[in-house]
Amino acid sequence: MTTPDTARIEADLPLPTSVDELTPLYRQMLAIRRLEEASAKAYSQGKIGGFLHLIIGQEAVCVGAIATLKPEDYVVATYREHGHAYAKGVAARPIMAELYGKKTGLVKGLGGSMHLFDKATNFLGGYGIVGGHVPLAAGVAFASKYRGDGRVVLCFFGEGSSTIGGFAEGLALAALWKLPVVLICENNQYSMGTPLYRSLAVEDVSLRALAHGMPRDRFDGDDVIKVKRRIAEAVERARTTGEPTLVEVVTYRFRGHSMSDPGLYRTKDEVEEWKRRDPLGKARAHLLELGLAPEKLDDLEADVKAEIEDAVKFAEDSEPADAYLPYVMKGGA
Amino acid sequence: MPVISYREALNQAMREEMERDENVFIMGEEVGHYNGAYKVTQGLLQRFSERRVIDAPIAEMGFAGVGVGAAMVGLRPIIEFMTFNFSLVAIDQIINNAAKIFQMSGGQFNIPIVFRGPSGPAVQVGSQHSQALESFYAHVPGLSVILPSTPYDAKGLLKAAIRNDNPVVFMEGETLYGSTGEVPDEEYVLPIGKGDIKRAGQHITLVAWSRMVHTCLDAAKELAKDGIEAEVVDPRTLRPLDVPIIVESVHKTGRCVIVEVGWPVAGFGAEVAYQVQKHCLDALDAPVERVTSDDVPMPYAKNLEDQVQPQVADVIAAVRRALYLE
Repeated sequence: MTTPDTARIEADLPLPTSVDELTPLYRQMLAIRRLEEASAKAYSQGKIGGFLHLIIGQEAVCVGAIATLKPEDYVVATYREHGHAYAKGVAARPIMAELYGKKTGLVKGLGGSMHLFDKATNFLGGYGIVGGHVPLAAGVAFASKYRGDGRVVLCFFGEGSSTIGGFAEGLALAALWKLPVVLICENNQYSMGTPLYRSLAVEDVSLRALAHGMPRDRFDGDDVIKVKRRIAEAVERARTTGEPTLVEVVTYRFRGHSMSDPGLYRTKDEVEEWKRRDPLGKARAHLLELGLAPEKLDDLEADVKAEIEDAVKFAEDSEPADAYLPYVMKGGA
Repeated sequence: MPVISYREALNQAMREEMERDENVFIMGEEVGHYNGAYKVTQGLLQRFSERRVIDAPIAEMGFAGVGVGAAMVGLRPIIEFMTFNFSLVAIDQIINNAAKIFQMSGGQFNIPIVFRGPSGPAVQVGSQHSQALESFYAHVPGLSVILPSTPYDAKGLLKAAIRNDNPVVFMEGETLYGSTGEVPDEEYVLPIGKGDIKRAGQHITLVAWSRMVHTCLDAAKELAKDGIEAEVVDPRTLRPLDVPIIVESVHKTGRCVIVEVGWPVAGFGAEVAYQVQKHCLDALDAPVERVTSDDVPMPYAKNLEDQVQPQVADVIAAVRRALYLE
C-alpha cells in the first residue's frame, strides 16, 4: 500500500489568525503557566507532596490541540497533565485543590497531580505508567467507532513513551482497526534526563506511523496557531474517515522532569535558547501585532492572576480529603 | 435438567448476555473466525458479526488496554486471553488501569470489563503455559476474581461478571472445558462472592476452587470408605471471598484442609488459613493444613508433572494428618 505522509515543514512565519482566535488560546496558556508556577511554589512550601511534573514551556501543544475538539470529544493524557485538563475545560480550583490533596479536589484527593480525571469535560485521565494509556485511548476510540458517534480521542504522551510496548501495541491496533484517535507525541527532547540521541535510534518518532500505514505529521510546537491548524487536520481525518494519525510536536520543558530534578543534564545556554522561543511570548507579541490594545492584555493578565490566586486560596481553605473506602469499586467493595 | 459441558455453559453465558446487551462485545486472539483456541466462543462470530466478536492480533497489553478504554466510556468488553499465562504481558492494564481507574477518578469512571480465559496447570505444556495465577489477581483491590469449578457455576457466574459494573478476572479451568454437569434451561445468574458447598460432611472441611474441587471430591469419596465424611467448600470467587461459608463449615467440623494448585508461598490458601484461624480458633481441633503444588516451575514430563501437583493421595494424607490419624 502507499503510505500517506502528511508531514511537512512550513516556513517559520506566523500563520494567519485573528485577535478573536488567538486571545482565548493565549489566555489558556497563560493560566496554565500561572497554575504551574503557583503549584511549584506550593510544592516548595511543602503544601503539595509526591511527584509534580510541570508543563511550563510546552503549553502551546495541549492548548492548540485541544482547541480543535468538540466538548464531547475525549482527551487522554500522561502524568504531566494539569494543562491538558485545564484546556479541556476543568477549572483551576479543583485542579489546585487536588494537588493539595483536599476533599474538593477534582478526584477527591485520591489521585493527586498525576491522576486528574473529569467526566463532565470528557477528560479521561492522567496516567502514571509511561505508555500504558495509549492502548486505553485506542479503546476509547474503539467505543466511538462501535457506536458510530463521531467522537474523536486525543492521546498525549512524551517521546519517552515511544520505546515502551504500550505505545507500540496501541499504535498497531489503532492503525489496524482504523480507530478515530490522534496520537500526539509531545517531544520535549528529554526522557526524564536522557536526551533523544541516547534513547532513540531514529529520533523522528512520527516515522513509526509509516510502518503501520498510518498518516503522520511533525512540526514545532512553539506557535499555538500552528499546533491548532495541524492537529485540526488530524482531528478532521479521524472524524470523517475514522483514521488515526501520529503527530509529533517538537517542544521543550523549561523546568526539570519533576520538582526534584535540577536539570543538570542540559546546559543553561540550551535552556535559554529555548526560552527565547517561548510559545507564550510568541503569542503575546503576535496579539500586539494584530492590534490588541496593550491595556486589554494587561486586563487579561490581571484576570488570569486573580483566577489562579483564587484557585490557590480555594485549595488552601478546603477541607482535607476524608474518604477512600467508597472509591474502590462501584457499588462498594 | 440438560447436561452440558463447561465450555458450552460459558458459550451460552456470553451468547445470552450479548443478546441482552448491545454494549457487550468480545475481543481476543482467535475468538472469531477460528471459533476460539478452546472453542469457548464457537459460533459467536456467525451470530454477532465482526463488529462484536473481534479477532485481535497478538498484543495482549494492547487489546486489554483497548478493553479498559472502551469500558471507561460505557461499553462492556469481554477480553479473552488465549490463556491466562499471556495475561502477564497485560497485567499493567489489569492492575494499574482496570482496577484503579474508579479509585483514581474519585469514583467518576467505573470499568465494567471481564478478563477471561483458561487458567491453571494444563497437561504437559511446560512451565510457561502451566501455572495458577489467581493469587496474583486476588491480591488486588478493585478486582473481583472468579474460578468456577462446574458448568452450572461457570454459566451463572460469567453472566454475573458480564453484568458487573467493575473489572472481573474470570479464570476458567483449562482442564475443565470438557467436564459436564447439569445446567437449567431457564435463565439464572449467580451472585459474585458466594461460595457453595459441593459436598456436605461433618468430620473435616476441604476448601478448594476450580479443578481442585474435583480432586477434593474424589478424595472425599475415598475417605468416606473409611467413615470420614469431608465437607467440600468451593468459594467460587476468591475476591470477594465468602468467609462466612468457610467459617460456618469449620465451626461444624473443627478441622480444615485448604487445597490449591498454585505455589505455596503467598498462595491464596494462606489467606484462607488466616481467616480460618482468626474466626475459628476455638473450634479448631487441629492446625489448618494446606496442600499446594510443589514450589517449582511446572516440569514437562507427565510423571514429574503429576508429582508436582496435588493429587487425591496428597489430599487424603493431609486429611489424615488433620485428624491425627498419621
